[in-house]
Amino acid sequence: MKILFKIIRFRFVQVLLLALALTAGMASRTLASESVEDGKVDVKEIVFGHIQDAYSWHITSWGDAHVSIPLPVIVRGQSGEWHVFPSSRLEESPDGSYKGFYICKENGSTYKGKIVERDAQTGEEVRPLDLSLTKTACGVLISSILLVVIVLSCSRWARRNPTKAPKGFVGFMEMFIMDINDNVVKACIGPKYKRYSPYLLTAFFFIFINNLMGLIPIFPGGYNVTGNITITLVLAVLTFLFTNFSGTKEYYKDIVWPHVPLALKPIMIPIEIIGVFSKPFALMIRLFANIMAGHSVILCLVSIIFVTASMGIVLNTSMTFVSMAFCIFMNMLELLVAYIQAYVFTMLSAVFIGLAVAEPEEA
Amino acid sequence: MELLLPDSGLLFWMLLAFIIVFAVLAKYGFPVITKMVEERKLYIDKSLKAADEANSALAGIKATSEKILAEAHEQQIKILNEATQAGEKIISDAKREAQLQAQKQLDEVRAQIAAEREEAIRAVRREIAVLSVDIAEKVTRNSLNRDKSQMELVNRLLDEVITNK
Repeated sequence: MKILFKIIRFRFVQVLLLALALTAGMASRTLASESVEDGKVDVKEIVFGHIQDAYSWHITSWGDAHVSIPLPVIVRGQSGEWHVFPSSRLEESPDGSYKGFYICKENGSTYKGKIVERDAQTGEEVRPLDLSLTKTACGVLISSILLVVIVLSCSRWARRNPTKAPKGFVGFMEMFIMDINDNVVKACIGPKYKRYSPYLLTAFFFIFINNLMGLIPIFPGGYNVTGNITITLVLAVLTFLFTNFSGTKEYYKDIVWPHVPLALKPIMIPIEIIGVFSKPFALMIRLFANIMAGHSVILCLVSIIFVTASMGIVLNTSMTFVSMAFCIFMNMLELLVAYIQAYVFTMLSAVFIGLAVAEPEEA
Repeated sequence: MELLLPDSGLLFWMLLAFIIVFAVLAKYGFPVITKMVEERKLYIDKSLKAADEANSALAGIKATSEKILAEAHEQQIKILNEATQAGEKIISDAKREAQLQAQKQLDEVRAQIAAEREEAIRAVRREIAVLSVDIAEKVTRNSLNRDKSQMELVNRLLDEVITNK
């Protein structure tokens, strides 16, 4: 009986993989045609198109039809007037501009992919004040709402049942929160951890939920938030502020007048001062690079299917197997990375704050 | 390179969103949960301590009750022993008493029998004396001429007397 089940399961997996490969192979012929120029697939375009921010939320293209969600564009032009319009206006118009605003498509320009307008006098491309709700900004909002709803539902439960042990999702969240609180925040900061634990917990769960949402390939997820330098910049700056505003006298004394022989002071003082800034800088780059790289690798692996689409059905089908196998592996790895990066960011932030608030050791 | 340049619009939205999330969660989210967990921990510790105390108290009560039970058992055995002894004593006393009584009665009866026998012997003797006188009377009344017949008479009379007796 057991063997029979095994055979059935094996057959099922085989059929599933074959169907997957065939549909992917077929779809690649239609889908790939979109980013195909002169019969070649522009993988760089696909990957960067996803990793970078966008003014509309592109879901899929079927032949020539693009399915995307228009997002609000909010800009203040040279005239000092605010303009709010859906991003679909830009796509609908034949020359791609609306009220003088258009998305820069010049390859050499620093504004590539951003909304620009032409200066009235000089005719140069200038960047308006742009507060558009871009795809990443929408992602931030979706994750924020999700996070607030999840945590508040848990805290509401906690307030209603003060002496009961939670079960199910609330129990899981409580365990998760207390794990970070006790094993990361408390362990790294020490006795004064209570003041910083809300910030560090918020940072952890904000990063974690964004990492996870980034792994979901379609609409409510699939945005690259924590792989965007702006997001990690804000988080790193907040850690920097928390660290330096809570620094004790000893902390600052160690920076400007460290405990080293006088001869070493000219070397040590600049190093210490650079260290103050390099620590949050490293936080920013680490999170950004890890998540961005994860997204890039998965996209590149998916692109294998489209790249090999023109190389014949046999090669395409077999490469689809390879691509899917690697994709599954990478997604699992990214799931791990999603946790690890959130954990590392929180732990290092806690360590920096812990170093800043530490009482001097009794010699 | 453009990947490494922060975007002002996104910066604005991110700051806004994160600060709101932080404010809300720092006020109504995480502290509530951590506080609840700590309070629950204290509550559990307290409950465990109370349970421990109750347990030890219960153990004390159990020991005391066992002691009382053992004492009662001992007492019971003692009482039972005493009762058995008392009972045996009563029975033996009663037996002795009964024996004495019986002996006494027996003695009395014996004395009475002896007295009655004496009385009877005395009565018989008197009777015999009377009879002898009677016989002598009768003998004398009969003809005393023949010695032989006299003797026969006497014998007969004696037999009569004996058989009458």
